[in-house]
Amino acid sequence: MITFKNVSKSYGRQIVLDDISFEIKQGEFVVLIGPSGCGKTTTLKMINRLIEPDSGEIYINGTNIMKKNPVELRRSIGYVIQQIGLFPNMTVEQNIAVVPKLLKYPKERWKAIVRELLELVNLPYEENAHKYPSELSGGQQQRIGVLRALAASPPIVLMDEPFGALDPITRECLQEEVKKIQKKLKKTIVFVTHDMEEALKMADTIIFMNKGKIVQMASPEEMLRNPADNIVREFMGRHIRDGETPELYAEDVMRTRVLKVPKTLRALECIDRMDRWEVNSVVVVNDDETYAGTVSLERIQKQGKPGQGIGELISQETPTVSRHSKAQDIFDQLLKSPCKYLVVLNDDRTVAGIVTRTSMTKAVGRFFWGAEVS
Amino acid sequence: MNFIAFIYEHHAEILTSLLKHIYLVVFSVAIGILFSIPAGILLSRHKKTAEKILAVVGIVQTIPGLVMLGLALILFGVGNTPALVVLSVYSVLPILRNTYTGLTEVQPGLIEAGRGLGMTSTQLLFRVELPLAVPSIISGIRISTVYIVSWAALAGLIGAGGLGDLIWTGLSTYNTNYILAGAIPSAVLAFLFSGLIGGILRFVTPRGLRGNAA
Repeated sequence: MITFKNVSKSYGRQIVLDDISFEIKQGEFVVLIGPSGCGKTTTLKMINRLIEPDSGEIYINGTNIMKKNPVELRRSIGYVIQQIGLFPNMTVEQNIAVVPKLLKYPKERWKAIVRELLELVNLPYEENAHKYPSELSGGQQQRIGVLRALAASPPIVLMDEPFGALDPITRECLQEEVKKIQKKLKKTIVFVTHDMEEALKMADTIIFMNKGKIVQMASPEEMLRNPADNIVREFMGRHIRDGETPELYAEDVMRTRVLKVPKTLRALECIDRMDRWEVNSVVVVNDDETYAGTVSLERIQKQGKPGQGIGELISQETPTVSRHSKAQDIFDQLLKSPCKYLVVLNDDRTVAGIVTRTSMTKAVGRFFWGAEVS
Repeated sequence: MNFIAFIYEHHAEILTSLLKHIYLVVFSVAIGILFSIPAGILLSRHKKTAEKILAVVGIVQTIPGLVMLGLALILFGVGNTPALVVLSVYSVLPILRNTYTGLTEVQPGLIEAGRGLGMTSTQLLFRVELPLAVPSIISGIRISTVYIVSWAALAGLIGAGGLGDLIWTGLSTYNTNYILAGAIPSAVLAFLFSGLIGGILRFVTPRGLRGNAA
């Protein structure tokens, strides 16, 4: 689908890409990774001719892209840029419809596309289409950025460190969403990152670059098993499993970044905070920071009254465990419990963190691939 | 004679001068806008030469108004034309500079996004860059207008009329009433224009930008 043949590029004396050749198959999720200045972003931007090679050829479906009109080429390729790619003067709808409008789709058609895409990421059209980017959270903004790239159904989507500026929780959500969308719509995605965890999670194939050359192009499993050289090994270091696996306890598998709210918080404000954190349940603490219970969004919506404190809505259904409990027991409990998470308590009954399926999965990942901090 | 009576007696003259003043301001700022916005767009495409040209325009701006009027008098004679030429020249810099800054301060990420999505440079200009620069451009027009309201008072010196006429008459005959009848309306005019353009600014700022611009 995308073929690079002996592509080179230099700025003055600095060689950015040194005789690169590779091929990306249709429907593949390819991640370009490497230390900064390795040429990964340059490689990505060559695919839509934002940067042009000094020598060598790039083919998309057998056609040399240098023979195509760059504007038309770009309209046929989705593009998600780092951080703030949304136009602040346009609404969500206008942003998503940029390329369909450039392609002169009739109004009904691009409206339908916007509606459909917003549904794809569970953002209702009525509530969101007419908002401006400044009214959205960072995670929502980048979701719209992804949708905008998909709007004219391009077979190829380029993503340039799209989630670099997001907090870990939102990033994880978006990674999952993009992966889901890619599988569902069968897109070929070229994705640049410097985060090996992200690469391992998303990629069908990882292209590891350094100093303008491709060091290794392989599946994540293969790269973990046989890193081509020390730089690759170093990059993956914390993911490669070595030696004995230690016994895990609750404190090793929990997430410490948890939304804790005081008992006295009003229902409306609580909903607001949950919204901002993009969670649907929170841990409630007493005045002395000890654990009081949990409150779910559903419960507030069903039983809460505006202005009322959340104290009366607290539930004790969420299981609690000590931070010294064995991870294995927690694992069983989590699978059996109808609750989506467990609360981990310190010895003085203050909240240490929560264990979710995701934090548990991560811990299992660590178990296999060695120590990793996130 | 007290001031109120003076105004009553001379209201026709004051009104004519006021209208003439407004005409001078609106006309020269309009010329300034018509010249500066396209020029600002052009400069933003050639950033290296832009700084030099803006520096030169800045120097022209520092030439005292009287000197400019004198020069214009030599070139165009007495009356409207020299006044309009000089005022138009003075209205250029704030609009030009603000157009240029507004356009060059659009975040590079947005330009890249626009290009990457397949906008031509004209589409990028009209759909992204100009809308984002509008608040800055309008602020430039506002500065320019307030500025020209006061400069236009000088135009009376070379027979272009306006409130300046009243002020100069007052100054040369030691008549405070004339001076006030010229000065107060000019000050009020400056406030009104500034308020009006401020209103326009709020109106044309894209909703998504309000709160962090203007």
